[in-house]
Amino acid sequence: MLGYLRNPWTLAAGCLLLAATAASAESGATQKAIAARGALNCGVSSGVQTGMSTLDSNAKWSGFEVDFCRAVAAAVLGDAEKIKYVPLEIKTAFATLQSGGIDVLARTATHTFIRDIELNVEWPGVYLYDSQGFLAKKSLGVKSAKELEGASICVSAGSNYELNLADFFRKNNMKFTPVAANTRDQNEKNLASGRCDVYANVLSALAGAVSKLGNPDDWVVLPELISMEPIGPVVRKDDARFRDIVAWTLNALIAAEELGITQANVDQMKASSTSPEVQRLLGATGDFGTKLGIDNAWALNAIKAVGNYGEMFERNLGEKSPIKLQRGLNNLWNNKGLMSAPLLR
Amino acid sequence: MTDAATLPAGRARPVPGSAGALPARAVSWLRRRLFASWRDGLLSLGVIAVLGAIAWAIVPWALFDATWHGASRADCTGSGACWAFVSAKASQFVYGFYPPAERWRPDIAFALLVAGLVWLMVPRIPAKAYAGFFMMIVLPVATFLLLHGGFAGLTVVPSDQWGGLLLTLILAVSGITFSLPFGVLFALGRRSRMPLVRWFCIGFIEFCRGVPFLTVLFMAIVMLPFFLPSGTKPDPLALAVVGIIFYEAAYMAEVVRGGLQALPKGQYEAAMAIGFGYWRTMLHIILPQAVRKVVPGVVNTTISLLKNTTLVMVVGLFDLLNIVSAGVSDPLWAGSQAEGYFIVGLVFWLMSFGLSCYSRAIEARFARAERT
Repeated sequence: MLGYLRNPWTLAAGCLLLAATAASAESGATQKAIAARGALNCGVSSGVQTGMSTLDSNAKWSGFEVDFCRAVAAAVLGDAEKIKYVPLEIKTAFATLQSGGIDVLARTATHTFIRDIELNVEWPGVYLYDSQGFLAKKSLGVKSAKELEGASICVSAGSNYELNLADFFRKNNMKFTPVAANTRDQNEKNLASGRCDVYANVLSALAGAVSKLGNPDDWVVLPELISMEPIGPVVRKDDARFRDIVAWTLNALIAAEELGITQANVDQMKASSTSPEVQRLLGATGDFGTKLGIDNAWALNAIKAVGNYGEMFERNLGEKSPIKLQRGLNNLWNNKGLMSAPLLR
Repeated sequence: MTDAATLPAGRARPVPGSAGALPARAVSWLRRRLFASWRDGLLSLGVIAVLGAIAWAIVPWALFDATWHGASRADCTGSGACWAFVSAKASQFVYGFYPPAERWRPDIAFALLVAGLVWLMVPRIPAKAYAGFFMMIVLPVATFLLLHGGFAGLTVVPSDQWGGLLLTLILAVSGITFSLPFGVLFALGRRSRMPLVRWFCIGFIEFCRGVPFLTVLFMAIVMLPFFLPSGTKPDPLALAVVGIIFYEAAYMAEVVRGGLQALPKGQYEAAMAIGFGYWRTMLHIILPQAVRKVVPGVVNTTISLLKNTTLVMVVGLFDLLNIVSAGVSDPLWAGSQAEGYFIVGLVFWLMSFGLSCYSRAIEARFARAERT
């Protein structure tokens, strides 16, 4: 998500990775290693992205990324607690995935061409459609990003967002002054102290910022969204079987929402639902799990652990969380969103 | 009045009969030290105004308007600091992810560390050589065994669960304890007559001084796994400890080398003249004098080492700073940055200031020893 592509270290590491990881490619090896270890090694962000992965007062991990780890662990091992969380900065995240330090990276990593092709990693799906927008103080009186001529704008240093921002202003023949900072924390402080007029970041980050900045009514997200950031879990390219498991864990959570399966009613649905799709998904009929090489109750376990996609979103980022992010594009396809799962047949 | 001796010429105005009442002495002290001339007075007033403004901003925030109890940020309704955040997260800040039922083990380790420090630092307690042995051998081994467990019925607590202040102290104490001895070895090696030893030491020192610590850690965590059998992951804590020790040893080596070069050649010649070999010359004649000369430099390096420990986030370790960063992102406590970082700053300042005080005490002791 950050601009690691322009970071020479990551590029150098990436090139080396390409050379070094030609070996040890065997479909199913990851899953065997997880079973032998008895724990999923899951890479998450380093505890500083509100709503994504944070530590609660008992030093337990929680958040959207963490819930996805739990779903995968429940699907593969039948137990959502059997996880070793590996907190990673974006600088080291992909290299750690490549070297086998983690099995899956459930971080806010945007899917891009260079990452996909050159880093030899793969996005089995998208769990968050984020968009870059602008956050401004209401008292500034700005109604549209087109009115930002000459504004000073807070942005993460060296990130994709900086590039998107420059593109947007060039397209609209406007000028701006970037105020670049390294972390979200610093950006939020710069915004609060008035060092910049507007903060540019993805919506989930802007919502997190508002939740930290005191009265939410003082702030407004401008209507223009200037980029689409598809964010999803990342796995190594060499293990197609494990890729499938991660992809279908995500699909199962999305399908569950569409089929009306929730954390609370999942057992009852398995016992009494007459829908063939529900029966196949929850393992009442068919052998989807067995075909994936895992327990037939994989989807049941995953939904029991974190609920369906909608529940996972609302709990960590949406209305039930302090962040209050609108679901927007992350609604199901039949509710003006982009989320959909392949057919369960 | 000895004060007069320290004042610039012409400013000394000892008040006759100043052994009088306390208020009178205080007034005279103020007049002499703060308001001796109108320029002094102006400066003093300026400084007082700045300090007062800082205190005016901080004290009501930190004390009078602060909220001390609460279950989430929403309970902090006052305009002051939300110390409820710190008390709710305190155990996490101190122990990291260490399982609550096992926290008596780090407690014992803390107690051992305090005992060792008191033994080492209080001049009246005898047997300093044993204190050194305790700090360098007994304490690290005992701390590791205690924290890691896996024997005598103690459950294993893997090192990725150690965090917070505990981790900061592990990194700092092991770094400080071992970087000086290694630094001395590198400094001697750099001045050695054996070319291979000398070249190795110069190469190592210049490499470490030429590369940021963050880069060393980054390379270790990213590149090392590719040279190890697939699936084996180096222990991040071990990487960080070894990294800090050797990286700081390079800086220590240069500090110690300064001391070695400051010694007159006569010292070496005298030692040789009475038939001392290399190691006896170094151990008994040269190093004791050289190290005395560079105490401020050594403490300086030590303090920078202490602050470098916060860079271990890159290998996925949660030292005090990083666990507080994670704590302030907890949605339940969103908006508690000021309180969190205030505490981190305070703890690091206390540790660094403690080191400086200790260093000044040592310097004063050496100075007294030289006078007598």
